[in-house]
Amino acid sequence: MRYEAPDTIKAAVGLLSKAKGTSRILAGGTDLLVQMRSGMIEPDLVVDIKSIPGMREIVAEKGGFRIGAAVSGAELEEHGKVGKMWPGVVEATNLIGSTQIQGRATMVGNLCNASPAADSVPAMIAAGATARVVGPKRTRDVPVEDIAKAPGKTSLAKGEFVASIFLPKAPARTGSAYLRFIPRTEMDIAVVGAGIAMTLNAKGVITAAKVSLGAVAARALVVEECAKAIIGSTLDDAALDRLAAAASAAAKPISDKRGTVDFRIKVAGVLARRAAVIAYDRARG
Amino acid sequence: MSAVHVSTNINGDDVEFVCRPDESLLDVLRDRLGMTGSKEGCGTGDCGACSVELDGRLVCSCLVMGAEVGGHKIETIEGMAQGDKLHPLQQKFLEHAALQCGICTPGFLVAARNLLERNNDPTETEVRYWLAGNLCRCTGYDKIVRAVLDTAKDMRKAAAKSSAKKASAKKPAAKKKAAPKKTAKKGARHAA
Ligand SMILES: Cc1cc2nc3c(=O)[nH]c(=O)nc-3n(C[C@H](O)[C@H](O)[C@H](O)COP(=O)(O)OP(=O)(O)OC[C@H]3O[C@@H](n4cnc5c(N)ncnc54)[C@H](O)[C@@H]3O)c2cc1C
Ligand code: FES
Ligand code: FES
Repeated sequence: MRYEAPDTIKAAVGLLSKAKGTSRILAGGTDLLVQMRSGMIEPDLVVDIKSIPGMREIVAEKGGFRIGAAVSGAELEEHGKVGKMWPGVVEATNLIGSTQIQGRATMVGNLCNASPAADSVPAMIAAGATARVVGPKRTRDVPVEDIAKAPGKTSLAKGEFVASIFLPKAPARTGSAYLRFIPRTEMDIAVVGAGIAMTLNAKGVITAAKVSLGAVAARALVVEECAKAIIGSTLDDAALDRLAAAASAAAKPISDKRGTVDFRIKVAGVLARRAAVIAYDRARG
Repeated sequence: MSAVHVSTNINGDDVEFVCRPDESLLDVLRDRLGMTGSKEGCGTGDCGACSVELDGRLVCSCLVMGAEVGGHKIETIEGMAQGDKLHPLQQKFLEHAALQCGICTPGFLVAARNLLERNNDPTETEVRYWLAGNLCRCTGYDKIVRAVLDTAKDMRKAAAKSSAKKASAKKPAAKKKAAPKKTAKKGARHAA
């Protein structure tokens, strides 16, 4: 195995494009090192992106924020302003692991590891986040929901990697939230995760919403029926019932030691409802 | 596998080492540098026995590559006592009998110091959440939490004394420095 820490995006793309065998980006390493240690993967090349300028920065852009691919959960939290605009994204990212894990783990690593249960992903999707993908041919901005394809698989082509995440400006009266269920209360993998963002008009009527569910399919789902269920409402009980039913209907989970299919389907509805209530309160300020 | 040559700084000393690119910082510390204070409980980020500071940030050294640390600053348990003088946290761990087998202790000490450097007035809940990534099979955690809270209390007293000496009594003494607030938001999280 070769370890490289290039100091430009171009050099990193060059290394990845030319590499033979298995190559991996190293961000926080909290998935990669565990996988290497267990023998799940044996990369021939590891490209550490943390020496590339900008990778560890959060910058204001078009009223929103561009978050470098190597920004850790702890850095994201300490920034403060991102969490004010998109509390759902920051609370989801901060759920990842312990204090020690937060010191290293990144949102982009969470996304590109492509676990269906990745906590930050439904929250980013709900917020309308895009990933900036750099590569040998061109740079493209891709909706976060289009990055993970299946467990452990992404849509990134050879030589490509994610340089940053862009969180757009949240319109006035926007609220977001993320909730997950785990059998323990700390350090575990989501059985179901629900991310939601919504915008209200001055009268408290929901005018826009996006709902994403994690851990109930091969990748995080965008559930349009959930958004439809609450748009035009003031999140009254009937709207919440419709939302929960739509979330449960969309869930196509598997059974494993953490939860059965039936349980996950039910919990998808429960969490969507609870997250919606939190997001609605936040939107009202 | 080509070896990597790394220049870094550990506990204030410039250190150079050569390692394989797939070696963790924990492997380097223990097997190449003979710094066996950091322990390997799991090797997968779950137990915190390998905790060190990397540029002031608490991390699991089992999840850091040795090759990554060139030009960075590392603090390990070995840098905690000054000669024969124990760090106040170490002293309190002894007084409170906050250890039994001791495998988890270096990790707890490094993690607790990192907390108290940011916040010398944590609540019990804040301490428990901060240390949730440090596992202990022996103590039941209570004595550890009490030792940390007791150290914080002494630190505040000492800070009050020294600032009383320096300035008039106008300013409040013990102040929080970038208090970690994450715990409050993590309603559903369970502490150590
Ligand atoms: C103890 C422990 C607890 C955990 N708890 C949780 C949890 O509660 N919830 C959760 O969702 N996850 C959890 N995780 C998993 C992990 O911490 C997260 O997925 C984390 O966000 C990964 O980020 P990283 O920066 O460490 O990724 P890395 O390990 O550096 O990378 C992960 C993968 O993504 C690829 N990658 C990284 N960056 C890029 C990029 N910029 N472009 C393209 N590919 C890239 C890497 O090559 C690798 O395949 C836990 C892990 C541990 C060890
Ligand atoms: S050995 Fe590193 S966390 Fe357990
Ligand atoms: S004292 Fe034995 S593991 Fe903590």
